Amino acid sequence: MAADRVDGYLRFRNVKKSYDQKTLVVKDFNLELAKGEFLTLLGPSGSGKTTVLMMMAGFESVTSGDILLDGNPITRTAPYKRNIGMVFQNYALFPHMSIAENLAYPLKVRKKSKAEIAERVQRYLDLIELGDFGNRTPGQLSGGQRQRVALARALIFGPSLVLMDEPLGALDKKLREQMQLEISRLHQKLGFTVIYVTHDQGEALTMSDRIAVFDRGVVQQCAAPDVLYEQPANAFVADFIGENNFLPGVVTRREGDWVRVRISGGGEIEARCADCGDVGSDCLISVRPEKLFIEEAGHDYDNRFGALLKTRLYVGDFIRYFFELDDGTEVVVKVLNDHAAPELSMSEKSLLLSRRRDCFAFARK
Amino acid sequence: MQRFPDYYGFWHRLGHYALRYTAYGVLGFLVLPILVIVPLSFNVEPFFSFTRGMLMLDPEAYSLRWYRAIVDNKNWILAIKNSFFIGIFATILATVLGTLAAVGLASPRMPFKRLIMALLLSPMIVPLIIIAAGMFFFYTKFNLAGTYLGLIIAHAALGVPFVIITVTATLSGFDRSLYHAGLSMGASPLRTFRDVVVPLIRPGVISGAMFAFVTSFDEVVLVLFLAGPGQRTIPRQMFSGLREQINPTILAVATLLILVSILFLVSLELLRRRSQRLRGIEE
Repeated sequence: MAADRVDGYLRFRNVKKSYDQKTLVVKDFNLELAKGEFLTLLGPSGSGKTTVLMMMAGFESVTSGDILLDGNPITRTAPYKRNIGMVFQNYALFPHMSIAENLAYPLKVRKKSKAEIAERVQRYLDLIELGDFGNRTPGQLSGGQRQRVALARALIFGPSLVLMDEPLGALDKKLREQMQLEISRLHQKLGFTVIYVTHDQGEALTMSDRIAVFDRGVVQQCAAPDVLYEQPANAFVADFIGENNFLPGVVTRREGDWVRVRISGGGEIEARCADCGDVGSDCLISVRPEKLFIEEAGHDYDNRFGALLKTRLYVGDFIRYFFELDDGTEVVVKVLNDHAAPELSMSEKSLLLSRRRDCFAFARK
Repeated sequence: MQRFPDYYGFWHRLGHYALRYTAYGVLGFLVLPILVIVPLSFNVEPFFSFTRGMLMLDPEAYSLRWYRAIVDNKNWILAIKNSFFIGIFATILATVLGTLAAVGLASPRMPFKRLIMALLLSPMIVPLIIIAAGMFFFYTKFNLAGTYLGLIIAHAALGVPFVIITVTATLSGFDRSLYHAGLSMGASPLRTFRDVVVPLIRPGVISGAMFAFVTSFDEVVLVLFLAGPGQRTIPRQMFSGLREQINPTILAVATLLILVSILFLVSLELLRRRSQRLRGIEE
């Protein structure tokens, strides 16, 4: 996996950005990227992820710190000399040029020969399966086709890095999923290095080698998708990625990585300590809805606590149960819809079970 | 016959027709004084009024003699040449400067945007006579009074605001990421401007240029103040013709000018449609 070969092809060193000289939009950003890696910057709007991308492209200046590409600082290099491809959310195809002319433009700027341009344009048109569309204008293409052209145009000149700024944001759900596969396919085939910005975690999880989760200008966690989902570093990541239950409590015992927490809803839970404090400090336990089980015999679970069933939501492939603890905390349990799905009646006290490795304790601020 | 909704009563109908005929009246008021010139310019007699023959549509009462009079008079020929010469160069100057100003003003980083915009548009608002007087004194210091260059610069200054307004309007719909896209593909800012920005704002540039040309073409106050006898333009010649030798030659020139204006209006409209089509493509 690309995440293992961090060789510092692209390096951000203490990068900071401020627009008004007072507040930092990006606070001390550090990151290393391997060649060929697909890195996603994920975060809510205003978290600073797009600013990082703009600094990378050279459209925004870096307030302090360095960006090194292949060992060379590019912080003071003009955008058009960086050799970085970019895919924009609104495609940014030139409306007055045909598709082929759009693709040819970066090659023309680089003074390639006519024959080479024609050959390469056709190769990339075929690559995005729009071989016969060269003479059309962007206005005659659908959204998905336009984005494929934009992608090809960002790749055709063999850039050292490709930046993608929410490239699928303007597409509908189905097209978005097709395009995710398309981008992944091209990435595997051509092996380019990508920085991808999105606020859509589904997109991030399915496509990336690594994801850097942003919040308020700070990287909260940078890890492979499965690590991010299964071992969130703090409460923000646990909440932002996927669905999660949060149970407030107090740490009562601490032993290495493991803690025991008395939850306010009644009962004790053993959990892996992510960033929780010492004994006596307030904390939050997170446990995913699909890692909670409703009272089953014959299994060995570490944690068990009582809860009252409030609502049952039939979704189809699974059923969502809404429970309430004694202190009013809501807990969601997701159960696959198979023969073992428990038959529960409303307002009945049930026992919820979980393994301790699926529970995480975070500091409560 | 007009079909009215069923609930329309007498007063509704009366109001409807009153509005309609008032509108016709206003339209006639605006257009008739211009249209009346056209047949008069074909008058065989040296009068500014319709003769009995003209009213009876007698072909003998009409002639092209006043059009011939233009061609035969070297003053008129010089005036026409001057008008086009000054107009064309003033337009080029105004278009280049106005477009650059509009592009600069569209940049999000431009400070004092409103103030600069107001200053640049001021030639449109400040009374011409004041500009003319100011330029007259200013030009004598630099020996520009009575020169072609002086008039070209003066008319360009009047034309710049029109170019700024039309180009700014086109730029407001311009997607800045297109500019960024050009840079990201390795084109320098200048090259991106030439290959991407200019083709897309061209309709605005061209209609601005036309406004600038018409402004120069029809300008008389600055010419009265700044032009020497050698730089007489069409409006200036008409102005003196009106006082010195009253004959329908002026009307013939006016008819030709109307023709030129209509050509301009039509091409403006075609351009507007083209730019709308281009924008339709964008989204």
